[in-house]
Amino acid sequence: MSRNAWEPVIGLEIHVQLNTETKMFCACENRYGAEPNTLTCPLCLGHPGVLPVINEGAVEKAIMIGLALNCEIAGRSQFHRKNYFYPDSPKAYQISQYDEPICGPGRLDVEGEPVRITRAHLEEDAAKLEHAGGQAGRIGGAEYSLVDFNRCGTPLVEIVTEPDLRSPEHAIAFLQLLRTTLRTIGVSDVNMHEGSLRCDANISVRRAGSGELGTKTELKNLNSFGHLEAGMAAEIARQIERLESGGRVEQETLNFDPGTAQLRSLRSKEEAHDYRYFPEPDLVPLEPSPELVDRLRDGLPELPAARMARFREQYSLPQQYATDLNAETSVADYFERVAAGSGDAKAAADWVLNNPGSVGAIPADSLAGLIGLIANGTITSTIAKQVYARLEADPTADPAAIVEGEGLASIGDSSELEAMVVEVIAANPQFVEQFRGGKEGVINALVGQVMKRTQGRADARQVQELFRSKLS
Amino acid sequence: MSGVEVLGLTAERCIELLDRRDVSCRELAEAYLDRIDRVDGDLHCFLRTRRESTLAEAEALDRDGRSGLQGVPVTLKDILSTRGEETTAGSRILEGHLPLFDAGAVTRLREAGTVVIGKTNMDEFAMGSSTENSAYGVTHNPWDPARVPGGSSGGSSAAVAAGLAPIAYGTDTGGSIRQPAALCGVVGMKPTYGAVSRHGLIAFASSLDQIGPFALTVRDCALALAAVAGHDRCDSTSVPLPEPVRVPDAEDLRGVTIGVPEALLAQGVEPGVRESFDAALRLAEGMGATLREVELPHAGYGLPAYYIIAPAEASSNLARFDGVRYGLRVEEAGDTVVDMYERTRAAGFGAEVKRRIMLGTYALSSGYYEAYYGTAQRVRTLIRRDFDTAFAGVDLIATPTSPTVAFEIGERANDPWAMYASDVLTVPVNLAGLPGISIPSGLAGGLPVGFQLIGPAFAENRILDAAHALERAIAFDPVPPRLGASA
Amino acid sequence: MAEISADDVLHVAQLARLRLSDDEVSRMSEQLSTILGHVEALGGLDLEDVPPTAHALALTHVTRPDRTRPSWSRDEVLAEAPQPQDGAFRVPPTA
Ligand SMILES: [Mg+2]
Ligand SMILES: [Zn+2]
Repeated sequence: MSRNAWEPVIGLEIHVQLNTETKMFCACENRYGAEPNTLTCPLCLGHPGVLPVINEGAVEKAIMIGLALNCEIAGRSQFHRKNYFYPDSPKAYQISQYDEPICGPGRLDVEGEPVRITRAHLEEDAAKLEHAGGQAGRIGGAEYSLVDFNRCGTPLVEIVTEPDLRSPEHAIAFLQLLRTTLRTIGVSDVNMHEGSLRCDANISVRRAGSGELGTKTELKNLNSFGHLEAGMAAEIARQIERLESGGRVEQETLNFDPGTAQLRSLRSKEEAHDYRYFPEPDLVPLEPSPELVDRLRDGLPELPAARMARFREQYSLPQQYATDLNAETSVADYFERVAAGSGDAKAAADWVLNNPGSVGAIPADSLAGLIGLIANGTITSTIAKQVYARLEADPTADPAAIVEGEGLASIGDSSELEAMVVEVIAANPQFVEQFRGGKEGVINALVGQVMKRTQGRADARQVQELFRSKLS
Repeated sequence: MSGVEVLGLTAERCIELLDRRDVSCRELAEAYLDRIDRVDGDLHCFLRTRRESTLAEAEALDRDGRSGLQGVPVTLKDILSTRGEETTAGSRILEGHLPLFDAGAVTRLREAGTVVIGKTNMDEFAMGSSTENSAYGVTHNPWDPARVPGGSSGGSSAAVAAGLAPIAYGTDTGGSIRQPAALCGVVGMKPTYGAVSRHGLIAFASSLDQIGPFALTVRDCALALAAVAGHDRCDSTSVPLPEPVRVPDAEDLRGVTIGVPEALLAQGVEPGVRESFDAALRLAEGMGATLREVELPHAGYGLPAYYIIAPAEASSNLARFDGVRYGLRVEEAGDTVVDMYERTRAAGFGAEVKRRIMLGTYALSSGYYEAYYGTAQRVRTLIRRDFDTAFAGVDLIATPTSPTVAFEIGERANDPWAMYASDVLTVPVNLAGLPGISIPSGLAGGLPVGFQLIGPAFAENRILDAAHALERAIAFDPVPPRLGASA
Repeated sequence: MAEISADDVLHVAQLARLRLSDDEVSRMSEQLSTILGHVEALGGLDLEDVPPTAHALALTHVTRPDRTRPSWSRDEVLAEAPQPQDGAFRVPPTA
């Protein structure tokens, strides 16, 4: 049986830390990177007698996420307690949502293909454990752990997808679009290294064409897209190998070590948690008003998925361009200004994508002006690169003025070029002989000499034509 | 020793004495503290007093001038958090715990200028009906020290009965104010769920817990409730009362219809309790009340439903006591964190608390949720509906508070269900979130009997009015004879 | 009659992180069986169309504005820590 006979099936669970001012249920500041245990209070430490109070800002951001993912916003949702003992959980339960999430089914179109969103719900983040002593940094060999509760209680939205993703690349494309979408609506820092975007993947494989789902494993929390992609690929390969050798896939939770590319089992089904969910009695149901939901909907900016579609339409760009330009809102914004100023969207896209450093550094008008100089034949693309380098050094400079002041305009006069071509032919009889002998490639060497003499101000194609006509 | 006789002294009388400057705040507080020193060695109502702070606060009031409740001594069940002052919930696991904040109700009491004299004993985490489950020793009933004061707020009820404080606060999850009030011959009120902030109340069962007062009279009880009731932003389940709590002055019961759920009382109510209850009903009728039989068809299922819901919530609420951030930690060399958890919780919790954690964990566990917790929550709906239907036809509902008078210490210690049965007439009220009061209706075999009046949600004033009128007619003497003689 | 075996007790005790002695296990098994036996009375009710009540209150959507208040100082929150270390709460190894 070949590998092609297997189809990966991937669903994602994404935890997004909201960038609210305060934590989910207390008024401690929600901030990354503070000294340990300096952003805590009796509530986020789970002291006796404390009661949670819902952060309205977190509710609004959760609704914005739901709207951006085309989810149904629940008229009524409920918090539940998810009970488990671990030192990162000060109450020994996480306040989360269970069967009544704030955002119901939705979808996000990735490169024109819908990926179904099962739900998105609000919950609180856990504290941070640092495993120390022994083999420091490793859970297994640690002598003890230190708990920092600063992160504890940070508002989280957990987004769950249907198992609609068919490859690690597909999953990463989804995540990239999701990340841009979340950044565009301004609800999260979406920084994987700092943990404000975290992703678990549920992975199974099945015979291509089969409608059934295989046994899935859960790949835990990797802190970059690269690691996640490698981890998913490794797990898919492991499952296929297991199945092809007649074995079975066990339901388990796995860790991927990007350093060694090893997968390690965290816990198996036998010791699966019994979370004993029940309605959180300290909170009453959420019932956001329709006016609030409308206001949040009206306030949403154009979302990356829609903007991509518009880029394809309006600028006649291929999908890949539309996708790449929308990886960052700032890039898409910059591109649109350059395209408008230069009147050449395709060239604008090329310039912006090939020179990512231009965004935010070189005024869009300047880049548009530079593209205009190429389009109207004032300068060659070789010279354009020089001018661009000058702009990088001095973003306030005017491209036309640089061309003017340094005499960089193309040599449009063919008689001047012709004279140069004749000189070069005369000086290089050996190349001429070779060319006539059928070695066409040497023409580049001849062109190169002219380009050198003009310092790039000649159009290479025009020069080549001149050689051909003279030598034929 | 101070000259004020505090045995039998009401809060209203305290205010009068303070207003007339017959006594200073300091003298009054000192009189109670001295009496505690004299008699509480035998009763063990208090886990601790705070003489120095109390007297300093009282002196400040004397210096700065006072009015209203200012200067009236109160005591708190040790489940109410007091900033920087030990709060244990009657448990070993919280021995030495100094809360970082005051409970919402405590803040209100401080703002009202009451003087907190100490913290009273209780069943561990409010789980019990006798105060025998305290990790810090049993409290004795002032009417008969061989008997329990009821529970879980037994230290508070006994303190008021013994003249150790004119007002005490407790909590009521399934009867923990009303039943000990009944067994100690004092007034105790559980307000509507949401009327008093639970912020800083160490949770037992969050959807049922309410703070309420004990006092010698219904009017004192109203004063004490008014001081703590009201909305608190720190408690999402707290609500403003539709009208302020009034000190009642009703003189009769004309126009009041009282329902009696006869079927519910048919079983388990002791004859002496029943006689006292019937006598009180006749007095009510004599004062103009209309009596009517009502049906509460599902109230009898309240006890089993309660003993699923409350332990389930408790199992989760008490999971935070894990030896990581505060309180007891028991750890041995080589322990993993799980070993440490298990040792700490085994050593820190008493038998009843462990029993309820086990019961609640079981009821929520995979495969049993619907059968136990889900079912109990549906029964809760039926009980609420029963009360809604009944209150369409009557203003108030009356039952005995407890089916029995105070029982002997140790009598029910080995039979959990017999102990739980003490709550049969009080738990339906908590499940429905309603207000209820217990007033003494007389004695049976020399021991107090409690009379419970239940009202619709937020009908505190209606209950207080009726209870006050009835209390005057009953004319119960709340001073236990054995204490009166020695005073 | 509900029968809560010693194995059931041990399983639940593990979920609840309670270490029970053998005596406690057998007593717990007996007492939980008795208590749940009384609870079985609820099984006789027709509850099919009855919704659950999680809360007696009809309150909904209680929230607070997203505005910070100062946190507690590290010294205050570590004051009762059984084992403070380097500004954090130390615990035995998790595995
Ligand atoms: Mg989650
Ligand atoms: Zn906090």
